[in-house]
Amino acid sequence: MPKEHIEEYLEAIYDIAGQEGTAKTTEIAERLQNAPASVTEVFQRMKQKGLVRYESHKGVTLTAKGYKAATKMKRKHRLLEVFLDKMLHLPSDKVHEQACKMEHTLTDETEIALCKTLKGPTECPHGSPIPPCNLEVKNCQECFSEQNLTLEKRDKDIIAITSLKHGEKAKIVFVRGGGGVMQRLCDLGLTNGTTISLLREAPMHGPIEICVRGCKLVIGRGIAEKIFVQKT
Amino acid sequence: MKVDLVVALAGNANVGKSSIFNQLTGLGQIVGNWPGKTVEIAEGVLLHHGKHIKIIDLPGIYSLSTYSQEEIVSREYIAFKHPDVVVNVVDATALERNLFFTLQLLEMGTPLVIALNLVDVAKKKGMTVDEERLQHLLGTPVVPTIATKGIGVHEITDASIKQADKQSRQNKNVIRYGPEIEKRIEKLERVLAGINIGYPPRWTAIKLLEGDSEIVNKVSEKHPDVIVAANILATEISEIHKEPCSNVIASERYAVAARIVKEVQTSKEPTKASMSERLDSLSMHSVWGYLLMFTIMLSILMFMSLFGGWLSETLRNLFESVNPHIAGFWPDLAWNGGVVGLYVTLSVALGFILPFYLILGILEDSGYLPKIAYLMDRPCHTIGLHGKACIPLLLGFGCNVPACVGCRIMETKRDRLITVFLSTLVPCSARTVVILGLVGAYVGVQWAIALYVVDFMLIFIIGKILNRLLPGVSVGIIMEMPPYRLPSGKVVLKQAWNRFKPFLITALPLIILGSIIIESMRITDVLYLVSNALSPVTVVWLGLPAFTGFLFIFGVIRKEAALVLLTTAAGTAEIRAVMSPVQMIVFALVIMIYVPCVATIAALIRETGWKKAGLITLTEIGLAVLLGGVAFRLLSLFM
Repeated sequence: MPKEHIEEYLEAIYDIAGQEGTAKTTEIAERLQNAPASVTEVFQRMKQKGLVRYESHKGVTLTAKGYKAATKMKRKHRLLEVFLDKMLHLPSDKVHEQACKMEHTLTDETEIALCKTLKGPTECPHGSPIPPCNLEVKNCQECFSEQNLTLEKRDKDIIAITSLKHGEKAKIVFVRGGGGVMQRLCDLGLTNGTTISLLREAPMHGPIEICVRGCKLVIGRGIAEKIFVQKT
Repeated sequence: MKVDLVVALAGNANVGKSSIFNQLTGLGQIVGNWPGKTVEIAEGVLLHHGKHIKIIDLPGIYSLSTYSQEEIVSREYIAFKHPDVVVNVVDATALERNLFFTLQLLEMGTPLVIALNLVDVAKKKGMTVDEERLQHLLGTPVVPTIATKGIGVHEITDASIKQADKQSRQNKNVIRYGPEIEKRIEKLERVLAGINIGYPPRWTAIKLLEGDSEIVNKVSEKHPDVIVAANILATEISEIHKEPCSNVIASERYAVAARIVKEVQTSKEPTKASMSERLDSLSMHSVWGYLLMFTIMLSILMFMSLFGGWLSETLRNLFESVNPHIAGFWPDLAWNGGVVGLYVTLSVALGFILPFYLILGILEDSGYLPKIAYLMDRPCHTIGLHGKACIPLLLGFGCNVPACVGCRIMETKRDRLITVFLSTLVPCSARTVVILGLVGAYVGVQWAIALYVVDFMLIFIIGKILNRLLPGVSVGIIMEMPPYRLPSGKVVLKQAWNRFKPFLITALPLIILGSIIIESMRITDVLYLVSNALSPVTVVWLGLPAFTGFLFIFGVIRKEAALVLLTTAAGTAEIRAVMSPVQMIVFALVIMIYVPCVATIAALIRETGWKKAGLITLTEIGLAVLLGGVAFRLLSLFM
């Protein structure tokens, strides 16, 4: 079975079920325009590879490995969309289709170069967040200033602060973007390595409230999505 | 007057600087439990043991690398005006973050006194601070204070005088950065030798490494080569730490702050959630939080409408029962102009304005305002703003002037302009007087609420349009959430009095005078001429009685005057006899929107400049006339 095929499936499951949800066979079949029988077959293959947990009546859930692979594909896909939109000025209804084809052949090296050239975009042209890279960096400036890229890969799972559950604690590892907002977060005590906890979030993608160094801070969703943490 | 000493109060937002200022000077700076109250420098003088001490209250500031406009004001003052002593007010319940700023002041070489405030709250939370140890570690006097009760306030003055008299101006070197950074600071200090821009060389070197634009500009004027050297050194540090140099330095400062806190503070982990935390989970809840907010707002409106209506009715009956009913020019002038003017103004003041200021004071002092900013952040994004904008908008319900000035808490020029514009559309207490006192009392509370709804819709639509017209996106909210506090009756009363006093002093005489003038114009038929000139708009387009024309002009000075003078101009306190319900609604609608009062226009000019202030004013006049005419035609169909 071709690699692209599996990757398309990973992305579809990611879109429908996210990190911990379950995608039904029929949902995937409909989305990818495949017969349910062949979908089941692919699920079996993915289960063998350790990418999903599969129960024939319930559907599939991404494993940690599968989730990682899926986020990587999403990252490539959305970076390509930004590239096609911003640099090549393709009509916006075309970029998704084109990126779908290109993403499977994009090497990791090109992915990093693309991210640097585009100055670390955080959203695709349709407004979906681009997952962060897996390099050992603390923020984007560092990557932009690095002349010859010798950055090590990060071998830990990082998530945006907004993906934490209420009451969960985590350590800040990476702040995306830069400029005044990053400096302000630093000045308010959100430096790298600081432990924070998520207290609550407002509905409809509203702001979040966190506890940092004994103080409570409210941070808008747009900024919070750029702060990445590692669970402790 | 000769000033012996200048003492500036500086520190993070919402730590009690203004409370200390009020205690020291006896003045009435606005205080409350939310960050960003103080946006302008306030001054006062204190006579202490025969010395005239000038006290400066600065807006809250988290770091010398500033972020919003009010912080720049503070930084400029501390860095360039060189006060004799800076009293750094520190929140004992959030010591680590507060010390981050203290460390920056120490580095700058500022003569410092630490006021360790809120020690009572910290104690309740199970935190105790070893003041002597802190004093020893920082090398500056530390005075424990409870600002709201005035405890420790005079010790601050004593410590400041002592500190100013000290000969040596060398602060203790509290922060030693990592060796890789210290080495580069030293290198840069050597490059800076012989260059004096008025700061300690070590501080200048650190600021250059941080890339502080103000200091970079100051140095580069004459020594561009120093900047080149600083950039090289900063890049080296970023490469070692894989992080921008300014972040590295901030991290190290925080590490020092954390170490100091560990040494001086003992704290018990609270066993159960505090009252404030339990209130948080209700008032910031995804469903109950919003319900609570709407309930609070609606009950305020209902209460004021009912109370204000009842009071004006009672006052009117009381005064009219002693009306001698003497005809003639002078008796008419005295009764209709003077007495009626007086009691209607009194009912406006005591029935609507004072109660509102009391309620606002309770909301402010309890710490509820920031919760509204949190709840409303998402809705604000649809008009291109973030939640903080709600705070000036809410202040606007009291008076638009502090609302306009309060917009300085918005971080970008664009956000500030949108918020300023919208805050002039918020129905202030004066407009509330007209809405509730006229429509609420004589047509029905539901119609008054409908007017508010129209106003909020208008704010929303104009916000949407401005968001389209002005390029850029809002930066998003970053705001501290203070804990709830039981509002202090004394503070709320004092605050309400401070806000109410200007009304009594300037507005009351002005309105009574206006009332007498209008009465004399009515008797002599001058009013008729003036009002006739405006009748194409007032009578033909808006469908209002002709005598309202003059009121719109007078309303520019004070909007609540429009209601008071309405009774004078109509020649009777029984408004129902001369205006139909539709006319009352249209009149209130136009008064609500047509133009900010002079005081607000002046504030607009100060905050946005002549051009934008003029544009905002003209837009609002146009809108008011347009909507008033439309409302008249629509309402006439079924009322």
